Amino acid sequence: MRRRQLLITAGAGLIGPGVLAGCAAPAALAVRPASGPHGDAADLALLNRVTWGVDSAAVGEWNRLSRRDYLQAQLHPDPAARLPATAQAQLDALELGRKPMLTWIGEMEQRRREADALTDDEAKKAAQQAYQQAMNKLARDASMQHLLNALYSPNQLQEQLTWFWFNHFNVHQYKGNLRAMVGDYQAQLRGRALGKFSDLLITSATHPAMIRYLDNEQNAANRINENYAREVMELHTLGVDAGYSQKDVQELARVLTGLGVNFSDKTPNLKPAQVPLYVRNGATEFNPARHDMGEKLVLGQAVEGRGWDEIIAQLKRLARHPATARHVSHQLAVYFVADTPPPALVDRMSRAFDKSDGDIAVTLQAMFDAPEFNASLAHKFKDPVHFVVSAVRLAYDGRPILNTAPMLGWLNRLGQGLYNRQTPDGYPLDAAAWASSGQMSTRFEIARAIGSGSAGLFRAEGAPADAPAFPQLSNALYHGALGPTFGERTKVALDGASSPQEWNTLLLSSPEFMFR
Amino acid sequence: MQRRHFLSAAAALPLAASGVQLMAATKGTPRVLVVFLRGAYDAASLLVPVSSSFYYEQRPNIAIARPGSAADAAIPLNAEWGLNPTLVDSMLPLFEKKQLAFVPFAGTDDTSRSHFETQDSIELGQPLVGARNFQSGFMNRLAQVLGARSFANESIAFTDQLPLTFRGSVQVPNLVLANLAKPSFDARQSQLIAGMYQGSPLAGTVSEGFAVRDEAMHDINGDPDKHSGMSGEMIAASRNAITAKGFEGEARRIARLMRERYHLGFVDVGGWDTHVGQGSGTGYLANRLAELGKGLAAYADEMGPAWDDATVVVISEFGRTFKENGNRGTDHGHGSVYWVLGGGVRGGRVVGEQVSVAPGSLFQNRDYPVLNEYRGLLGGLFTGLYGLSAAQVQQVFPGVNPRGIGLV
Repeated sequence: MRRRQLLITAGAGLIGPGVLAGCAAPAALAVRPASGPHGDAADLALLNRVTWGVDSAAVGEWNRLSRRDYLQAQLHPDPAARLPATAQAQLDALELGRKPMLTWIGEMEQRRREADALTDDEAKKAAQQAYQQAMNKLARDASMQHLLNALYSPNQLQEQLTWFWFNHFNVHQYKGNLRAMVGDYQAQLRGRALGKFSDLLITSATHPAMIRYLDNEQNAANRINENYAREVMELHTLGVDAGYSQKDVQELARVLTGLGVNFSDKTPNLKPAQVPLYVRNGATEFNPARHDMGEKLVLGQAVEGRGWDEIIAQLKRLARHPATARHVSHQLAVYFVADTPPPALVDRMSRAFDKSDGDIAVTLQAMFDAPEFNASLAHKFKDPVHFVVSAVRLAYDGRPILNTAPMLGWLNRLGQGLYNRQTPDGYPLDAAAWASSGQMSTRFEIARAIGSGSAGLFRAEGAPADAPAFPQLSNALYHGALGPTFGERTKVALDGASSPQEWNTLLLSSPEFMFR
Repeated sequence: MQRRHFLSAAAALPLAASGVQLMAATKGTPRVLVVFLRGAYDAASLLVPVSSSFYYEQRPNIAIARPGSAADAAIPLNAEWGLNPTLVDSMLPLFEKKQLAFVPFAGTDDTSRSHFETQDSIELGQPLVGARNFQSGFMNRLAQVLGARSFANESIAFTDQLPLTFRGSVQVPNLVLANLAKPSFDARQSQLIAGMYQGSPLAGTVSEGFAVRDEAMHDINGDPDKHSGMSGEMIAASRNAITAKGFEGEARRIARLMRERYHLGFVDVGGWDTHVGQGSGTGYLANRLAELGKGLAAYADEMGPAWDDATVVVISEFGRTFKENGNRGTDHGHGSVYWVLGGGVRGGRVVGEQVSVAPGSLFQNRDYPVLNEYRGLLGGLFTGLYGLSAAQVQQVFPGVNPRGIGLV
């Protein structure tokens, strides 16, 4: 079948010569013959949903491939894919990436101890402040990794899922030393984002960030801490209404005893019989001396006390539970389709999840193939991170920004800062949480900041000033693809703009731009 | 910004249809502001147990001296309690006017000692056992009850996000007043944006956002025509630009909005997690308390005659350890001290269930106990202020036993 092409009429309606040299140059895109207007709108809406927001690169990929091949490429991303050179260079230069997590944790722990050992109050305060700043820098580097990938990675679906899984298995950066861990946690989830759910679950369960965040490091035989056991069933796997009991939570907590963290070089003192059961993998430790070796009864099944293997087996069992297929499919559908996803769609996805042993790519393929998915396009309200990332993608259309700090600031103002959700439930995914009056006013102000200046996005760290410029949104991408999908009221408002900056601001403030 | 211009333009928009009503506040209806001190402030450094030798034993470096014994000694409030001297010019006058009461041993039965967990549970105001609903905060439920009873319930959060406590079925705007910048959009631009949303489900929200901000600018910067019920002097005063810095400036702006337009407000103040070098009658914590006290006094002042209808409740997630730690600071504890102030508050007293501050009275041998559970305390306060029925209090705080302790 010959697929419709998105029409990009390069040059039409551009505002004079580029104010930002080199910005908005979609001339490389092939000019395609026009097809039916509905086709273009539907294609664009699908691109907007599969990516962090449409830009010329995404349109180019779409035009190059069939729908099927485009989605296949997104569902099976090339792990060797690189970002455009300037963006990749920024990623490669990040300090966080130069050392593995364990090294960072060790160095930071050393600094913390040195600061605590100081006896002079003022010197101690200063040293503690320096420690806090260094920790903040590690989390900021992680957020740069996230934002640069979201903006420029060709693997757009994988990047959306990276955010989704982090949120699904949420941890909060300000607990303990988690700021030194969120970068690694995010990278581990990214690598498995379209793989098997059981891998994602085990990765999360055994990552020091999660072990610390939900207190499983405190969970020991006869001194049970149920925090992780409860959340892993309620939020990560079965879902709150799956019919498990408080007793199941307690019994699963007993299974999870001994799974903790160890940031030192030392190995705990163990009885000879316990030594073969000891497991150490980076900072993740299974300490058999803290494990309850008794028999447990989890979800109606007797579980023999075996240690590490027992934990992994129970996590796999949770991952394969039918309630998990339903719960995870539902969460994916809320994120990718609608606040209240049609039950038929969730059924279809759950079946695909079940049959494929929790293969996320297969589950999402079922979602893409469903009529309910197509019917939902352009009707999902963007959460703040989608709003901010899509605005920068559209405004600078492939021209890499040099500084993500303004984006982080906007996300914090909008209440969806990266790694900043304190509670394990993750940020809400529905419109109600993000459509307050204060939120909308703030979005318009951010639209204005992006539309009417470079907003600090092109001031490299250490550089004295930003280039005084603004993006050109009235470009080929708009006139060729976006514009025709916009409603009359928005067009009237755009026609009333008194300057290109105002035009940009209105476009990014428009109701069409608030949905994906 | 031409406010009237905007309003006439906005009239063409579906403001009324969306139920957006920004009525001026009417005299005689309660105005309640909740101030949340995030980070758990050290209550024993505010309300000093001056008669307890145990206190002086446990805090050799950070205790506040007995009244009269030093330049920065506590100010006596009664035989048992003294006030941090840093509040001598701000809170002491209100205490002496009997418009400020302290409730020691106040807080929640949540013992997680986690800032986030405890802040959340207090804001939600739900029973500690059972599933939590994160979409239902106690201030929103109060707004629901007040609205249903035809009480003025215009609500607003002076925070950058809608706090948990205001989440729920009543739509509540939020607006940061720490630094109220000039609006980004003039009337024409606001109209252009609102015009794009006309006929969409977000039309009302978008118009409300512009209207709230616009009205806030107007209330804060003053407009003599609108202040019909006020004296010439008051009008002149309210036209003065706010120059006070920090929380004092923010509190004055909040007061102007609460005076003119809103009946239920929430603001939070951070910086209380004093694990290291907190100081005593002077120092870090004293400076923070001084700033807070100045702000609250400024709020009372700026409210003018509306202060008679105003109640301010200052709360925090938990108290801190009674014994000082090895860093001349304090760690996460349990019971706190709440402040209740307002023109109609029966103040000048330290009220509520109390126990002598002695080794045997500490909770888990380390913290102030909670004898005045916050849901019962606030339930009792709201009952007194609004005349809520038992069933209505249950709507705000399910399962609570409201305890009136004669605050209003």
